[in-house]
Amino acid sequence: MDVKRRKFLKIAGLSAAAGIGAPTAFQMLLTGSANASGGGEHGGGHGEGGHKAEKHASGGHGPATTGRQYGLVIDIKKFAEHKGLAEKCIDACHTEHNVPDYGNPKDEIKWIWVDDYEHAFPEHSHHHKNKELEDLPVVLLCNHCAKPSCVRACPTQATFKNDDGIVMMDYHRCIGCRFCMAACPYGARSFNWRNPREKYANGNYKFFKKGINPEFPTRMRGVVEKCNFCAKRLAEGRLPACVEAAGSTGALVFGDINDPNSEISKVLNEKYTIQRKPAAGTYPSVFYII
Amino acid sequence: MYDKGKVVTGLAVFVIIVTFPIWYNVSGKERVPNPQLPKDVKECVRDAEFMRRSHMQMLLDWRDEVLREGKRGKIEIRGVKYEKSLQNGCLHCHPSEQKFCNQCHQYVAVDPYCWDCHIKPKETN
Repeated sequence: MDVKRRKFLKIAGLSAAAGIGAPTAFQMLLTGSANASGGGEHGGGHGEGGHKAEKHASGGHGPATTGRQYGLVIDIKKFAEHKGLAEKCIDACHTEHNVPDYGNPKDEIKWIWVDDYEHAFPEHSHHHKNKELEDLPVVLLCNHCAKPSCVRACPTQATFKNDDGIVMMDYHRCIGCRFCMAACPYGARSFNWRNPREKYANGNYKFFKKGINPEFPTRMRGVVEKCNFCAKRLAEGRLPACVEAAGSTGALVFGDINDPNSEISKVLNEKYTIQRKPAAGTYPSVFYII
Repeated sequence: MYDKGKVVTGLAVFVIIVTFPIWYNVSGKERVPNPQLPKDVKECVRDAEFMRRSHMQMLLDWRDEVLREGKRGKIEIRGVKYEKSLQNGCLHCHPSEQKFCNQCHQYVAVDPYCWDCHIKPKETN
C-alpha cells in the first residue's frame, strides 16, 4: 500500500491524541465529575448557606434547613389598606442607608421599591385578575435567597452569604463588573453610574435631599449596592428599618425561617404564600401573602 | 574639546537640578508630620507604635470580622469599649481628617480612599 508521508503523519497524530485523551474522558464519565461541576462546587465554595444545603440535601438541591436564614413575609393587602405605608417603609430604609435619589430612572438606586403585581410575579400573571390585585402595589426587595445566583456570579466574592443567611455586599471589594446584576432574577441590585456624593456649588449634596445618616457610609461611583436586611441593626437587636416602619400593621413579618418557633415560621405555616420566580431555583427568603 | 564652556555649564546645571531635592531638604527645616491627638483621651485601641505602623491592616481586619464573620461586638481594652468601626469608632476621638489623618498621609504621599464612602464628622451637616 502506498502511504504518503503526509497521510501517515496525520493518522499517527490523531491516534496519539485519541490514545492520550480517551482514558481521561472515560475516567471523567465514570466519576460523574463532568456533570457535577456546575452544581455543587461553586455554591459550596462561596456561600455558607449554599454549603450547608449541599451537605443536608443528598442531591445538592433544596435550600438550607439548618442554620439561620432570615426572611420576610409581606402581606400585600395590608399595603392597600394602609395608604402610604409602602412609601413610609421605602423612606425609612433609604434614609437609614444613605441611598441616593438621582431623580432619573436610568440611574435609579433602590434597596426596597414597589412595582405592579404582573411585573413582580410574571409567572402568576394572567388575564382577568380581580380588580384589587391589578391595582395593588407590591413591595419588592432583595430576596436573600438560600441559593443566591448573584453570589455565584461575583468574581471577587464582594457579595457573599453570611451566617444569618443574609446576602451581604462588601463594597471595598466590588469592582463594578455587574455580573451579579445580570445573575439576579429579581432586579434587586443597583449600580452607581454616578458619584452619589456629588455636591452643588453651595456644598449641599445633590442626591441626598434629606441629608446624610452619619452612622452609615455612602457608596462610591462604580459599585453595585442592594438591601442588606439591616445587618447592623440586627446585631444591635433591632428589627430592619422597613419592618420597624411597618410597625404593628402586620404588613411585614421578619424572622428566622429555619427556626420552627419564630413568628415568621408560624405565619408561613398558617398562610398561603408565594415567592417571586421560584423557577429560578434560588429559594428566595421573601414570601408574599396575596 | 569643542564648546567646553557650554558643556561644563550644562553639566553643572544638570547636576544641580538632579540633586535639588537633597539641597532643598538640607537647607530648609524638615517638615515633620504633626497629627493632632485628642486632648481628653490618652489611650487608643493599641499602642502608638502599632497604630502608626499597622492601623490600616487593623481596619481591614475589623472590616472582615464585622462584615464577613459577623463579629460585630465591641472590643474592650483596659475597661474602655470601642466599636470596630472607622466611621463610628475611630472618628469619635479623631474627628478631623485635616489635622489627624492627612498630616501623615500627605507626608508619606499615600492617598487612601476611605472618604469616598465613609463620612467625615464635619461632613454630616
